[in-house]
Amino acid sequence: MKRETTNNDFSIKDCTLVAVATGLKARTLREVRSIADTISPSCIYYHFWGALLRSRFDDPEFPNDFASWASHSLHDKKLAERLAIINPMDFRDLEDLRKEVLEVIDERLDELDMPSWVDEDRQFYFVHSQIVVFDTKLKLTEPQDLLRNIDLMSLGSIFYHFIDARRRNPDKGNDFSRWLHSFDGQHDSLVRSINNIDPYFTTLHDIEREIKDIVQKYYRNEQ
Amino acid sequence: MTPSLEQYRSIVGDAVIQHLMQLARHLRGLKIVHVNSTSEGGGVAEILQCLLPLKKSLGLDVSWEVTSGDREFYECTKKFHNALQGNKVAINNAMLSHYEKINSINYERLKDTLENADIVFIHDPQPAPLLRFCADRKGRWFWRCHIDASHPYRPVWKYLRDFVTLYDASIWSLPSFAQNLPHPMYVVPPSIDPLSPKNIDLDSSDLKDVYKTWHLDESRPIITQISRFDRFKDPLGVIESYKLAKKFSPLQLVLAGSGANDDPEGAEVLEEVELARDNDPDIHIIVLPPDAHRKINALQRVSNIILQKSLREGFGLTVTEALWKQKAVIGGDTGGIRIQVFNHHTGFLVNSPEGAALRIRYLLKHRDILENMGNKAKEFVRENFLITRHLREYLTLIISIMHNSKERIILQA
Repeated sequence: MKRETTNNDFSIKDCTLVAVATGLKARTLREVRSIADTISPSCIYYHFWGALLRSRFDDPEFPNDFASWASHSLHDKKLAERLAIINPMDFRDLEDLRKEVLEVIDERLDELDMPSWVDEDRQFYFVHSQIVVFDTKLKLTEPQDLLRNIDLMSLGSIFYHFIDARRRNPDKGNDFSRWLHSFDGQHDSLVRSINNIDPYFTTLHDIEREIKDIVQKYYRNEQ
Repeated sequence: MTPSLEQYRSIVGDAVIQHLMQLARHLRGLKIVHVNSTSEGGGVAEILQCLLPLKKSLGLDVSWEVTSGDREFYECTKKFHNALQGNKVAINNAMLSHYEKINSINYERLKDTLENADIVFIHDPQPAPLLRFCADRKGRWFWRCHIDASHPYRPVWKYLRDFVTLYDASIWSLPSFAQNLPHPMYVVPPSIDPLSPKNIDLDSSDLKDVYKTWHLDESRPIITQISRFDRFKDPLGVIESYKLAKKFSPLQLVLAGSGANDDPEGAEVLEEVELARDNDPDIHIIVLPPDAHRKINALQRVSNIILQKSLREGFGLTVTEALWKQKAVIGGDTGGIRIQVFNHHTGFLVNSPEGAALRIRYLLKHRDILENMGNKAKEFVRENFLITRHLREYLTLIISIMHNSKERIILQA
């Protein structure tokens, strides 16, 4: 039976990213700093979040590209650790996140007498992304629909509603929680559990699995 | 027979296919044309052979045109290829004039198709000048570079850049390959088709045939490099690695590759490889016709370890193919091999014949590790390097260019 559309309906979107090379590259930490200072915010976004939707081998040790480069190319483990611990969700916006990256790099540059450089083919390549968002025609009308439909959602949908949402929503929250919250506080514990998922040191598959487990457990406990 | 979407669904899952169908809906009615210089042999033709039917099955109006050329033309474009990979080459004005003339002839033949296309993908340097002749184009044109052009020989790049700059966008396999151009430079790694004859599961009779045909001994390990006979693939380095490793372990080496119509240098390299073989009966040099996909598939599957010891590599689709067949890969620390081979996970990156020999010995001694790596390798490819991901990115960048490459594009239902 077709449900009537209401204001509380949650339209599931899907998205896909395409990476765009900027042509900018850096061989030294100072060069990385200089470019990171002026590149577009979408470039910062890509190097912190883009890995979730692009080809990569899981590297949970270094969840952002700056840290990964510092470790694998610059071989500066201390810097890599400091960059890796930056949690992009702690920052109001991408400008604040950029400032933190620059701060960590500046601190390291102050400590180094002779900042090292990398081989020509180990440079840091600055990339940004474009996002295409489209409607899946899937609509959720009640919280249980989330459980029933999460398997039908692509990783693009998970990215859009769980990761990208933080950039769009004024409260920096994910779309699932915002929607569940709109049911007059009836599902606050579910909202809290979903909010507690750490989207950073993980993969989209794992995020999808975690959401599913949380919703399943919530309804099991309710029965 | 062309595989159906349903067959891909069984490999990549419902959500991936659904995702493609929804994306493709926004591109119905557009005329999309791919142009390259060879219909068989080499990675580009292989990608197009599987990409085209898949696009069609999503309801897209897509066609593939192949340009033609003579020996002189291909000699020139082979030099372009080598130059983009960093080799200093000598190309005189007569060769360049001939290159442009052949392109003008090809353009006249393809004029109607190209003028009326909404989206045109021109693959690699061979047909790059076509856009210059197309004064009345209505569509958006992409130049797709499959080559590692991170350190091009500048005089040649300077010449080619004048053609490429005219395009609405370019597509590169890795960010490091992209040259500065005044248009969006998309990054799209290539992919393999799990249902193509080169990658599809085979039964044991196919594998037995391989042992029999090339007199391979089932009881001794086989290491294999599948590639064109090209200096950048370092076949001589592979033979050296094999010789070093064989001192410690019984071993057979297979060097197999097909020739391609646009690769006149191959015969010369093959001769050098035969010399280096030095009549060793355990070195099997196999030259295959361009359509011997099933045989290559079987050779990869009977191998214990796959090598791709390239000195320069565009992306290294043979690596992807091997990983998909649950084989650990020992690969040159270069280009696209770096985003596929992860030390201790999917194989090893090496920088010398000695390094390759060391890893061969290690993996043959630790068969459990070899097997684990193989399992991990297959899942890695399933997630990242199958044709469905490649297709998704192509569809996305068509949408992107049609929306003037805005950072965020919201499609209406």
